[in-house]
Amino acid sequence: MSLVREASLVAGKDLRIEARSRVTAEQILPFGLVVLLLFAFALDPDRGVLRDVAPGLFWVTVLLAALLAVSRSFAIEAANGARDGLRLSGLDPAAIFLGKAAAVAVELLALEAVLSVGVIVLFDVALGSIAPIVLGAFLATVGIAATGTLYGVLAASSGARETLVPVLLLPVVSPVLLAATRAWEAAIDDVPSESWPWIGLLAIFAVLYTSIGTLAFGSLLEEA
Amino acid sequence: MQPVVRLRSAVCLLGRFPALAGVDLDVESGEVILLSGGNGAGKTTLLRLIAGLVRLHEGEAEVLGHDLAHDRSSHRHELAFVGHETFCYDDLTVRENLVFATRAAGADVAAADAALERVGLERSAGVTHARLSAGQRRRLALAVALSRDPRLLLLDEPHAGLDVEGRGVLDAVLQASASENRAVLVASHELDRTRALATREVVLTAGQATGTIVTATERSEGARRSNERPGGRRPGIPAGERVRPER
Repeated sequence: MSLVREASLVAGKDLRIEARSRVTAEQILPFGLVVLLLFAFALDPDRGVLRDVAPGLFWVTVLLAALLAVSRSFAIEAANGARDGLRLSGLDPAAIFLGKAAAVAVELLALEAVLSVGVIVLFDVALGSIAPIVLGAFLATVGIAATGTLYGVLAASSGARETLVPVLLLPVVSPVLLAATRAWEAAIDDVPSESWPWIGLLAIFAVLYTSIGTLAFGSLLEEA
Repeated sequence: MQPVVRLRSAVCLLGRFPALAGVDLDVESGEVILLSGGNGAGKTTLLRLIAGLVRLHEGEAEVLGHDLAHDRSSHRHELAFVGHETFCYDDLTVRENLVFATRAAGADVAAADAALERVGLERSAGVTHARLSAGQRRRLALAVALSRDPRLLLLDEPHAGLDVEGRGVLDAVLQASASENRAVLVASHELDRTRALATREVVLTAGQATGTIVTATERSEGARRSNERPGGRRPGIPAGERVRPER
């Protein structure tokens, strides 16, 4: 079986589990909306400030939600010894990495779509250039999902489990937070030319961590 | 013929504790080996070592032609392991779990349905793993293993939770192993039942294989082979007699 088909098999399995358990829809999404609401309450006295910092608040919220999504992705492998099942399955570890990262990315993209509506409504944000916003969101999500999946299995292998994920992941994805925020700020201000360098950085980050994950995931899974 | 499993002075540490303290073992294709011994004797660790799930710290371990000291994963597509846990997902149905495992192993989905039928779980195909009884979970784990058509089957306490019908299914799997050219290692406390089907019993004590017991199955098989040999019958060995220490 090809790498793509194996990755699709793993992603399909994870997404089916999420669709049935509804953890993303019923827990992670409400969590993201509550965080946005808390930001709105905290900064309400000056809605101008809220509008100015909306891209940063949005991506901080996405990162916090991503921590839950990554922990959930590895929690389903911890129950019933499923992680040993994956190791024994005969699947290419690179395909397992790509499949799990793809599933996390799909969940985050769905989450971002809803949170974007929340930002527009709660923070009174008008979207300028759509293309950099969509492309920036896609690349940032791929980078977060790849990094999260890589550090998720690393945390699982350390024995500290999900409590270690935020400590490992947040410093590493800070370039994504910076680049995605800057790209969105420029796009919202309708100056797309200033978005592209940041989108380039997001692309480099996504490719870098997808490559590292593809190569390193097998060794980390063996130690998990 | 090259043995399916060949261990020489195999040592496996769990932390600093030697869970296996120098095990010698040879397993041929078609053999059913009963691993017996008390709690903590090293049965589960031995099975996990053979599956490549734990590291070999000293000694030699060759499984299905692969040296586990250098490569713990390449042989896995040819083996199946039924452990204490099912390796399945709570939110997937019986058939979804089985199809996932079958497709992951590169086998046809028809193999999943055949395995489902073989363990008698057809009527529970649409039930999620979380809603299965302990015995049904055991059957599902066995079905997942069989759907891979492995050359080496590792069973860790397979009788736990099984009802009478389930035990019958398991017996049939063990009985068919020789004709299916499959080697089976069974760690079990159901000694009488498993001895009746095993070709050999290996006794583990404190992480060491302290002896081999020739079972009734092997004795009758040996007698049959002796009768077929020119020169007549070999003296039978009483069932349960310890004939050869492994170390």
